[in-house]
This record gives sequence, C-alpha cells and structure tokens, in this order.
Amino acid sequence: MKNIAVIDYGMSNLHSVIKSFQKASNKKYKVCVATTNEDLKKASMIVLPGQGAAKSCMQKLTNSFPRLHEHILNKPFFGICLGFQILFEKSYEDNGVDCLSIIKGSVNDFSKQISQDLKVPHMGWNNVEQKKDHIIWSDIPRTSFFYFVHSYYASAESKEDISSTTTYDIDFTSSVIKDNIFACQFHPEKSSKYGLQLISNFITWSESLK
Amino acid sequence: MSVAKRIIPCLDVDKGRVVKGINFVDIVDAGDPVEIAKKYDKEGADEITFLDITASHEGRDNILGVVEQVANEVFIPLTVGGGVKSFSDVRDLLSAGADKVTINTAAVANPDLINEVTDKIGRQCIVVAVDIKKSKEQYNVFTHGGRNKTQLDAVNWCLECQARGAGEILLTSMDRDGTKEGFDNEILCEISNKLSIPVIASGGAGSLQHLYDAISLGKADAVLAASIFHFGEYSISQAKDFLRDKGVFVR
Repeated sequence: MKNIAVIDYGMSNLHSVIKSFQKASNKKYKVCVATTNEDLKKASMIVLPGQGAAKSCMQKLTNSFPRLHEHILNKPFFGICLGFQILFEKSYEDNGVDCLSIIKGSVNDFSKQISQDLKVPHMGWNNVEQKKDHIIWSDIPRTSFFYFVHSYYASAESKEDISSTTTYDIDFTSSVIKDNIFACQFHPEKSSKYGLQLISNFITWSESLK
Repeated sequence: MSVAKRIIPCLDVDKGRVVKGINFVDIVDAGDPVEIAKKYDKEGADEITFLDITASHEGRDNILGVVEQVANEVFIPLTVGGGVKSFSDVRDLLSAGADKVTINTAAVANPDLINEVTDKIGRQCIVVAVDIKKSKEQYNVFTHGGRNKTQLDAVNWCLECQARGAGEILLTSMDRDGTKEGFDNEILCEISNKLSIPVIASGGAGSLQHLYDAISLGKADAVLAASIFHFGEYSISQAKDFLRDKGVFVR
C-alpha cells in the first residue's frame, strides 16, 4: 500500500493531521509518521505540519532529515503552518532564521505591521481568496473560510507562487503552489469540510504528478 | 478585517457520555459525543467545547477517550475542560486530539500553570475559564464549579491571566448562567476592552438577540452556549444567519 508520510520532529500534535489525511484519502493510503530520512524515501507524498518557533523547527528538521530539501523538491509535498513558513527564504522570528529558500519571499511579524486593535496571534476563521485556478481548489468556493493560528505571516515575492491570499489588516500569502509543492498557512485539518476537500484535492493532484 | 466571530456549542460530558437534554430528532444516540459533535460541525459550529463534569475519580479517564474519538471524526477546533489540574493533564488532552484546554480552579490555585503551558506548548492552547459573580463592590472570581468564592477581582484576575500567557478567557457570569436572560454585557465589555486576547462570553444566552448583544454590546470575540442549541430551539446555522443579517462577520 502506498503511503503518506507525516513528518514528526516533536513540535506539533499530529493527531488531527494524520486523521484528516486518513479520512480524505478514503483509506487508499497508509498514513505514517516519518521520523527518519528512510521513512521519507519510501513515501509517495510528504506532509510537513508544524507549530512553534521557526528556529528550533529548522534545527530539528536539519538534524533529523538532512535530505529533506531534496525530498520536498521531488515528491508531492504538503506543508502546513510552520511547514509552510519554512519554505520561504527567511523568517524574522527569533531575530531571523534562514529557511529552505524554496519559495522566494519572507516571513514577518504581524504585530509590527497591523493595527493595535487586532489581536496577535491571528487565531480563528478567516477568508481565503483563491488566486489560481487549480485542481487543489476543486469544489471549494473562490472565497472560503479556513482556520488560522499564527503570529507571523508570509509574503511571497513572485505572483506565480501565490495560490491564495488572506486579509488581516494587511494582505498576506495564505498558500503557495509551485511544481509539486502545495503549502498553506491555515490548518486544513481543522477547517471542517473545505479543509478535508483541500486535502482530498491534493491527493488527487499528487496522483497526476510525475 | 478581523477574524470571524465564533459560535461555540458547549457539551457537558459525564463518564464519557453527553448529558443534559439533547433532543435532536435525527440523532439516534443523543448521548454519543461523536454524533453530536458531527451534527454541530455540519451546522457550522466554529469550535466545540467539552466540559467534563464527571464527579468520580475513576470516571476521569473517559474524557480522553471521548476527545480521541471526536478528533478522529470531526475536523474543527476542540476545546476541553473540567478537572484539569496539572501540566500533564493538559498535555494528555492535547495528545488525545484537543486543540485547547480550559483551566479554572487549577489556574487560581497555581497561576504558574498558565505560564508553564504557554512556555512549553504555546499560548494558543490555553483558555482560562473565569466564573464570576457580582457582589456590592466588585465581581468576584469563583472556583470549584462555582462553589468556592475567592477574593480575586474579575478584571484584575483576567489581566493577570493574560500577562501570564493565557490565549483566551472564557468568562461565565454565574448570575446569568441558566437564566436565559442574556449575557452580562456590562462586565463582558469592560473585560474585553481591557484585554488584548479573545474573550468568550458564556452564561445566560436565551435568544439569538442575546448572542448578538454579547458581540455588539459586550465586545465578545466568541459566544459559548449550551441549552439554546441542545434543546433544538435554534440551530447554529440559524444563529449564524441572524448575526450575518445584522452585519456581524461570521463564517
């Protein structure tokens, strides 16, 4: 049975991510937890969830998965939250952290940019505006609510990479799509039916890649 | 543009079963937490809160099973509270699939617990539940499910919780709880205005107008309600429609 590898580097609760991929894949795939490079090698798709701080995330990932960068470029990849942010060149969290530089752009501090009346973290349901016609958005209305929890936001430099944007006082990149990579700031595993639909669309899209 | 105002149904769980009259006609087993959570998700609930009211010590572990079963099937944020005493209780609930944990008595008894959870896991997972009752000169904070009065002032206590790293405050007016007379919007507004973290209003909802008032007059970021949804008086989608018609940003 083909498998979907969910990367575990000890920084996030994987329960809902695993269950949502199981549900959305309709049991066609085995959803496994990946803790080593070997696990990634065997996987048909890679999911990188994440919560917490960018610096320790990058450290833990580079220690446990020295060839992660290569795998991300070569297999269908789904990044969530911190797993989305570390695809950019640089995050300004913790006085600056160099990230994977797969997507051009940076990750910045909300509290330095938005009105004092708005709360940080940006937590709750907000609108995701699709910027691309793509199979990943099949059966999801062009503007739909997804669930967010984050204090830093991404700005992709190239319009080509931006799959959706969201407004929280400022417009930020809420998802990117590039080659075999889809990644989003919001949590599809907590976004009810459209979240599951998105995951299911990703699986369908992955199967068409190669 | 801010985030959508949330509607949160709250379910009381005793020994792993949902209690308090739930009379959905289309649910076969109204005591099954998974069935009810699914129903609320379908109707558009933005989050679901489970309150473990199990009195016996032996029954306590049931809540972990409930959280796990619900998290396997329902993909919206889950908040769980009731009897949470220590960091390991919080961690166990999060590992079982909860997204947030509410603490009440334990936060008053040991406020450092708030800092501990925030430092180790992040502020988004900790909700401090604050039960309050009006006295002559102030609103007092109560613990142990409303049985024990403390000398803590509601406003000061909420500010302290925020300073220690609480992600949200769940504010319950004991004077209004169960009355169906509406939320206590005066204190709600005062606390919402003074805090920078979200405040969830609880206690007193009897109509859809009450939900609207908590948001417009009380400045609440979310409203939690039990009986108006459980007894089938209103559905969550009706509540959303009502709020949307009045110009509230809802999902």
